[in-house]
Amino acid sequence: MNAPLGALDRPNSYIGRSVSRPNAKRLLAGKGRYVTDLVLPRMVHAAFLRSPYAHARIVSVDAEAARTMPGVRLIATGGDLARICQPWTGTLDHFKGMKSAPQLPLPVGKATWAGQAVVAIVADTRAQAEDAAEAVMVEFEELPPVIDIDAAREPGADRVAEELGDNICFHAKLDTGGIDGLFATAAHVVEEEFLFGRHTAVTLEPRAILADYEASEERLTVHHATQTPFQFQDLYSRHFGIPEAQVRVVAPDIGGSFGMKLHVYHEDMAVVGLSILLGRPVKFVADRIESFVSDIHARDHRVRARMAIDAAGTIIGMDVDDVTAIGAFSTYPRTSAVEGNQVIRLMGAPYRFGNYRAELSVVFQNKVQTSQYRAVGHPIAAAVTERLVDMAAARAGLDPAVMRERNLIADDAYPCESPTGYRFEALSHQECLARLKAMMDYDGLRAEQAVLRAKGIHRGIGIASFVEISNPSPAFYGIGGARISAQDGAVVKVTPSGEVRCLISVTEQGQGTETIIGQIVADQLGVAREKVRVITGDTEVTPHGGATWACRGAGIGGETALRAARALKANVLKVAAAILQARTDELDLLDGWIVDAVGQQRLSLADVARIAYFRSDTLPPGTEAQLTVAHHFAPQGYPFAFTNGIQGCHVELDAETGFVKILKHWVVEDCGRIINPLLVDEQVRGGVVQGLGAAFFEECLYDAAGQLTNGSLADYLVPMACEMPDIEIDHVETPTLDTILGAKGCGEAGTAAASAAALNAVNDAMTPFGATIAQIPMTPARLLRALGRI
Amino acid sequence: MKARAFRYVRPATIAEAFDAFAEAGGEASYLAGGHSLAPALALRLQAPDVLIDIAHIGALRGIVLDGDSLRIGALTRHAEALTDPHIAAHAPLLRMAAPHVAHPAIRNRGTLGGSVALADPAAEFPAVMLAMGAEMEIAGPDGHRRVPAEAFFLDLYQTALEPGELLVAFHVPIARPSHRWAFDEFARRRGDYAVIGAGVMLDMDGPTVAEARIAFLSAAATPVRARQAESCLAGRLLDAGAIADAQQALAGDLDPPDDEQTPAAMRLHLGRVLLGRLLGGLIDNAAVAA
Amino acid sequence: MTITASVTLTINGEDVTREIEPRETLADFLRRDMQLTGTHTGCEMGVCGACLVLVDGKATHGCLVFAVQAEGSTVETIEGLSERGIIGDIQAAFHERNALQCGFCTPGMLVTAHSMLAPPGVPTREEIRDALSGNYCRCTGYEAIVDAIEAVARQRAGEEVAA
Repeated sequence: MNAPLGALDRPNSYIGRSVSRPNAKRLLAGKGRYVTDLVLPRMVHAAFLRSPYAHARIVSVDAEAARTMPGVRLIATGGDLARICQPWTGTLDHFKGMKSAPQLPLPVGKATWAGQAVVAIVADTRAQAEDAAEAVMVEFEELPPVIDIDAAREPGADRVAEELGDNICFHAKLDTGGIDGLFATAAHVVEEEFLFGRHTAVTLEPRAILADYEASEERLTVHHATQTPFQFQDLYSRHFGIPEAQVRVVAPDIGGSFGMKLHVYHEDMAVVGLSILLGRPVKFVADRIESFVSDIHARDHRVRARMAIDAAGTIIGMDVDDVTAIGAFSTYPRTSAVEGNQVIRLMGAPYRFGNYRAELSVVFQNKVQTSQYRAVGHPIAAAVTERLVDMAAARAGLDPAVMRERNLIADDAYPCESPTGYRFEALSHQECLARLKAMMDYDGLRAEQAVLRAKGIHRGIGIASFVEISNPSPAFYGIGGARISAQDGAVVKVTPSGEVRCLISVTEQGQGTETIIGQIVADQLGVAREKVRVITGDTEVTPHGGATWACRGAGIGGETALRAARALKANVLKVAAAILQARTDELDLLDGWIVDAVGQQRLSLADVARIAYFRSDTLPPGTEAQLTVAHHFAPQGYPFAFTNGIQGCHVELDAETGFVKILKHWVVEDCGRIINPLLVDEQVRGGVVQGLGAAFFEECLYDAAGQLTNGSLADYLVPMACEMPDIEIDHVETPTLDTILGAKGCGEAGTAAASAAALNAVNDAMTPFGATIAQIPMTPARLLRALGRI
Repeated sequence: MKARAFRYVRPATIAEAFDAFAEAGGEASYLAGGHSLAPALALRLQAPDVLIDIAHIGALRGIVLDGDSLRIGALTRHAEALTDPHIAAHAPLLRMAAPHVAHPAIRNRGTLGGSVALADPAAEFPAVMLAMGAEMEIAGPDGHRRVPAEAFFLDLYQTALEPGELLVAFHVPIARPSHRWAFDEFARRRGDYAVIGAGVMLDMDGPTVAEARIAFLSAAATPVRARQAESCLAGRLLDAGAIADAQQALAGDLDPPDDEQTPAAMRLHLGRVLLGRLLGGLIDNAAVAA
Repeated sequence: MTITASVTLTINGEDVTREIEPRETLADFLRRDMQLTGTHTGCEMGVCGACLVLVDGKATHGCLVFAVQAEGSTVETIEGLSERGIIGDIQAAFHERNALQCGFCTPGMLVTAHSMLAPPGVPTREEIRDALSGNYCRCTGYEAIVDAIEAVARQRAGEEVAA
């Protein structure tokens, strides 16, 4: 009955087709509607007084003078909000032994990072709130800050949270056994200490929230720039004691998210509380300076790792120790241990070897929290693994590409399991490598490199394979006790005019979720894409679901839409069969028409709808015209869908200055079924640029007192148009058999290995100087030091 | 990030501006392009009672040839340094530096006078004024005076401008056929403040350097002349040896700031590399000219 | 207590007079007083380029100019440019090439694109990237934006030749 997915030679065959995004036209006209833009009647604005110290006791708050300033409506302290908000703790049950101190919207005893919101000020305008914030007097008593990851773990170290006993949030070990013996007898062992800087998401629209509590109905509506409206509906309901059905979270246009906007932020909880206290809509938009000190940061790992190979250059084992510093709390509700956990579990994932040992230490310190940001853990695992593979190749006298040809898991070896316990359904490392070599003309670049080196021009070529986790089942959060859904829901309906609406729980932040859902529904139902309208981002409107994160929009959301559309089509055909007095298996829906077995148009979908809605009297008795279908889908089978790919990076190093020009970047990736190549390529490109940002530019720099020293957009360097290369992309398609659609997701792929490829490329360029680097970002200062120039 | 409240006045003449400043009792700031002042106000790092918008004072505008110098009004926009034919012909170093100043939209509104009066040691135009040997024309309630660029930049963000005084114009000695000019900088990203930058003027007598003027940015608390390096070049054939000596001499000329991202040693090293490249590029030019 | 001043200017072809606080930036004035929310503020310090508008025909950061400074000026925002139809080809190219994701940087990108495409000729990709050096985009990786602007430049040059 259904043509194979991906066949593009029939009407309405949209799966696999590059089509532009219908919802982008509004954005291009400047008519986007972001939370930042929203205005409600009687709306007031919040600003926050923030801790100037990384660690300080709050001795007293004097807000008397500020309360009488123009426009001021409310000044609230930690104690004021603690009375109406239950505290939260960022732990998951399946991370054994994990601990974190309870958190409140605003602290009551002490501030634990520089920039933490301490007092909330609400006024008629943001400027007035800032004026009043300057007049609030807080007496702080400075405490010794916990900053250094080694000092933090010393016995008797100062503690971020006294009640926890030490500064260890979580500790984990993986061990297949036999590592010490293996490394003692291996032909070659390579080892390195890697440093990964803290960086942050820097969405162009900062965090924004507008909470509107209506006391007469005990109803809370929150317009929230978030990826995950249902998660926040649940949290606002439980922490403020409002029945879930009385809480509505609306996520309109979102100006970038990348994982950053799915965590609980203290200011956001405070704003909900302020609205409850005032009975008025309260808006808070973080300014950029606030964003740098209060958005989650990510990464910040020190990894000591070694790899053993045999005489033939076969990888036989890895041994890894990852210490990661996460700030003062573990983030709620997804925690700050997931990144480290994924680092140690993704280590070596593309390669065939059996012996592995890893240790993970997740450490508290007096800085803002780290948590999930695009490609959680992947860039660290990829950089460590791929750099060690290059080092091992050099030791074995093998070209890096040959080394990978010998060691990547063979494309016919699936299903298989990694030494870290991940089960892979079907990946395509070898084919991706072959395609990458051809696309970048690897051999040609190597020849050119040799010629240019003789002329004093130092180019470097780096390649990096990766495995990406996507489409998580409840194994990710649900089993740990977090009320974060692994399933999604869709309602698809035919309107009386024969148009189609799809209300779905996955969300849109510009990646094109609504577009691909529209493509899938139109394709599976058999209508023109223009006839399908997709609606997302409102807990009052769509079914409950996990929304968009961990690349689940296409894989899980897409499958939900597919199954819902198929169910609706079956219902449509039943009604049509009743009208036409035909059998449903003789009919099909094609381009908005009911067609018979020979393809003859018999009845338009609009007529089916018209009759069903307005002339049900003409339908045979007992006909059930169910032109609205609700469907939920949760992934079953493999706990995660894994995707894979490989990246190549070509750089030119100015060895005198330490400046690097990125000449070109290539990606071959396998996200399973591709729904829209145009959108997939742009996801990958954007992801690569975030990875290259981490590789060369981005780092949150702190001084010894725990002060962020580059917390502005002028000082924190994000990658810009001039420094970024053109990026060429190719695809291998290995659909997952766990779903009909077969899509796996592509949002993290670019970020996952771009920094690893860049790290290898720069090290390759430095080979003639005998210099190496194992720290990102690779700044000119670090490269000049590595080169011995300063 | 909202500025504290202030009053705004828009004088039409320099005299009105001085009156407004006097009236504010010292708690006033002049506003020209405002592209450095506006962020400082938004961050509440500065909070004057009054902003005196001088952008509409005609006497601060205009680029005119005045004998053997070019008078460039303080309100000249960065973008005009890219397009004005007088600047291209007579003050080529300004033209060379202008593309490195921030980004197109900033250059549309930022003024040369604003940049020089702020005296950010990392900015291009102050260093270029030094390398060109410009004089600053300053107006105060008691009349006009001229200060050579060398005597203008006193310390970090400190200039010879007294409170209430206005920078009116730059007087730049016009380029002669024997002059060779070069400007470049190393910046992390296009348009960022440079890690180090330099403008060079060589007055050539055939293949020999008659006089050198070299000014660095991001190399000290102020834009700074590299006088020892200049001495290494004066009277010498412009060749690899002279260049190497000039590079060595920079240690005595530069006093770069030191921080984790860009240690002082790195700035000095990059200063030497940059100077070598700028002068090396001028060898070829000198040869062609000869 | 609140200090206000009167400002008269032309916004998207319409003469406007308002009593405002001098401390209000042009970006905030457009967004709040004029409900022209297509002008976005991403950093409020002239770095990100999301607030670019045309002031007297020149691309200008709305966050670096106080509205009172724009007295007597002609201001055009993304809404005005869209409604005037003058950037229709650029918007179409951005749409076709998917040169935007979240759309927050897009109005500023379009103002820059409009400004750089005003002079005749087809800029190189390096020149396009240089012109975009003050426009921050976190989503696309820039290549699609460069592609779209390049396509419009070629298209316009071709049309001029044909005419």
